[in-house]
Amino acid sequence: MENENKKIIELIDLTRIFEDGLIAVDNVNLYVRKGEFVTFLGPSGCGKSTTLRMIAGFDKPTKGKILLNGEDISDLPPNLRPINTVFQRYALFPHLNVYDNIAFGLKLQKQKVTYEKADGTTFTKTEKLSKREISEKVAKVLKMVDLEGFEKRSVSTLSGGQQQRVAIARAIVNEPQILLLDEPLGALDLKMRKDMQLELKEMHKKLGITFIYVTHDQEEALTMSDTIVVMQDGVIQQVGTPTDIYNEPKNSFVANFIGESNIFSGTSLGDKKVKFIGKEFDCLDDFPKNENVDVVVRPEDVIFTDIGKGKVEGKIISSIFKGVHYEMVMKVGKTEVIIQNTEERKVGETVCIDIKPDGIHLMHKEFSSNKYDGYITKKNTVCFGDGEFECDVTKLYPNSTLDEEGYLITDNGEKIDLTDVDVNVEVGLKDIEISDDENAGGAVGNIISIIYKGDHYQLIVRTDENEEYFVVDTEDTWNENDRVSVIIKPEKIKLTLKTENHR
Amino acid sequence: MKKFLSLFYIFLVLAFIYVPILVLIVYSFTGSVIIGNWTGFSFELYAKLFTEERIRNMIISTVLLAVGAGILSTILGTMGAIGIYYSKGKFGKIIKGSSSISVINAEIVTGISLALVFSLITFGKTYFSLIIGHMVLCTPFVVLSVTPKLKQMDSSLYEAALDLGASPTKALFKVVIPEILPGIFSGFMLAITLSLDDYIITVFTKPETFDTISTYVYNAVKNQAKSELPALRALSAVIFLIMVIVVVIMNIRANKKVAKEAR
Repeated sequence: MENENKKIIELIDLTRIFEDGLIAVDNVNLYVRKGEFVTFLGPSGCGKSTTLRMIAGFDKPTKGKILLNGEDISDLPPNLRPINTVFQRYALFPHLNVYDNIAFGLKLQKQKVTYEKADGTTFTKTEKLSKREISEKVAKVLKMVDLEGFEKRSVSTLSGGQQQRVAIARAIVNEPQILLLDEPLGALDLKMRKDMQLELKEMHKKLGITFIYVTHDQEEALTMSDTIVVMQDGVIQQVGTPTDIYNEPKNSFVANFIGESNIFSGTSLGDKKVKFIGKEFDCLDDFPKNENVDVVVRPEDVIFTDIGKGKVEGKIISSIFKGVHYEMVMKVGKTEVIIQNTEERKVGETVCIDIKPDGIHLMHKEFSSNKYDGYITKKNTVCFGDGEFECDVTKLYPNSTLDEEGYLITDNGEKIDLTDVDVNVEVGLKDIEISDDENAGGAVGNIISIIYKGDHYQLIVRTDENEEYFVVDTEDTWNENDRVSVIIKPEKIKLTLKTENHR
Repeated sequence: MKKFLSLFYIFLVLAFIYVPILVLIVYSFTGSVIIGNWTGFSFELYAKLFTEERIRNMIISTVLLAVGAGILSTILGTMGAIGIYYSKGKFGKIIKGSSSISVINAEIVTGISLALVFSLITFGKTYFSLIIGHMVLCTPFVVLSVTPKLKQMDSSLYEAALDLGASPTKALFKVVIPEILPGIFSGFMLAITLSLDDYIITVFTKPETFDTISTYVYNAVKNQAKSELPALRALSAVIFLIMVIVVVIMNIRANKKVAKEAR
């Protein structure tokens, strides 16, 4: 059907920067097809709710456009948009009963009615909906959410689930073109949440309205959506169907966020072969030879084999019963492999595992080193990444030395003042240490992401002032939002001159 | 024994507070000029409240002034509270800070400065200056009683109203105002009470010939107008009775509400 593929809403270069300078949504480009069930998925603070608020009209984009059926609605106030929202905490009007809550939008609606006069001429009038029309619509929608007979009840006497249903009814009774749902099931208990997920999905099928759903619950997103948009730090990480997102995550953030996964550092050997945890595996992704890659293996794709018949042997170091399956951790050398299986292997047991080619997914490594623009200070230290670090400036010129006053003497005797010289700075991921003593290092920031990569963690530390990033590989355990300082040994800072020497 | 002592203590405190009022009420039922001299039970003093024209006019004008100033400052204060609540940035912070200064400010300062302003702009002391004076007194308290209700309100309610097609004005009247109505009502009651027993500001802003209960009582006591003084006992008793009724009604309503929410 032609209609099915029409873009109903399109976000173009959408950016929202809050008054305090925080970039909530960063240059988002996305379109949603008519009738689709789209889910924005991401951890809290990733910009998904802000995006939704901009579509609803509660927040104005700092930059960019929102097109509805091809027309720019960025400046349209929310009451004029054919879009309705189900709010996170329902936002039912406490002073109105169930009926009046649902009829709130209908009572404000106006429609054009055409009359025929006695002489045959027609004229149109803008009219409010009649009381009968309103009560018919309310009755219909109450039936749809299974709340018949609740009309006169005060909303404060309803349970969470019932309030949720009223909130949904209040939104869909207006027959919007798009229904926005902002974590609508967050306040319900697990069982009720599961039921409501199915009911919402059913409702979406029946109504044919485009649903845009926001959640941080990956399972909810996988169950309900036609399309999932994974966001982090205001940026879209991946857009795809639930199966795509699960089986072919684009980067380690998506892999880690959607379900449990093992992420190993590996090297592509070419010809659909990859080496990780010390062994060679066949896979389905063709990457250039010798490229460093991240290897994603879902815990359920790790299979036990008889000893000697698999690829890798290791010892089980933990086992937890999770209901349907056991979740076990196997140690191979320094690397830990998470395994899910319905058969339990006891802690301490030596097991042998294999992974089938379709269970191995390769991703380009996101960071191979940290790169910054910096400059040399009077004290011959280097400033970059919101911090100041000791460094060896003699590396800038081969065979050079420093004199007592701090000037650099090059190989051929030239004396150079390095103050304010711009340099390129490169620091390896493993060359950064972090410490919880804020004064120990050159820069201070918060840990904003932690991803476990089999035998080490990859952390991202973000500084406050200019939001510079330090990507750190470490074997130590840290927590997100920990406040840390970044320590880099002078010999680990690689400096090169920028082509233009002086500013 | 301990229990008895604590009960006795409470009894003493209550007696300290209420005995003078009780004495006043008892002696409002006798026609004598001096308290302590019982000249027989009569409703004479109560009748005087309605028969003596000066007293009657004074009561009516006090009530009219209180209701008028109460309504006007409730409207102004509610609008102010909503404006302050939704104002943003530096400007908003300044307004938020400055709006509560007049509550702490000494009433005598407000009164003198108002008198000064009205003599400057040559209106003099008229009914206009009187009502403005009472509004200056009451409005900050209305703002103070409405603001917490705004803060308690789920901020997405206003957005939900917009989302359902209400214009900002409609959303204000259909959702925000009903939500903060209890605050507006208690602000109104507060304004009326403040206006009813205000003396200082009234003195500085009232026209010469006009009297409210408080200025009347003060003058009557000062001028030793003995013939009018006893009637004030009846007036005080009536006011006290009205206050008791209001408090009881408010308590009953509050209890009902708590019971309803508990269900």
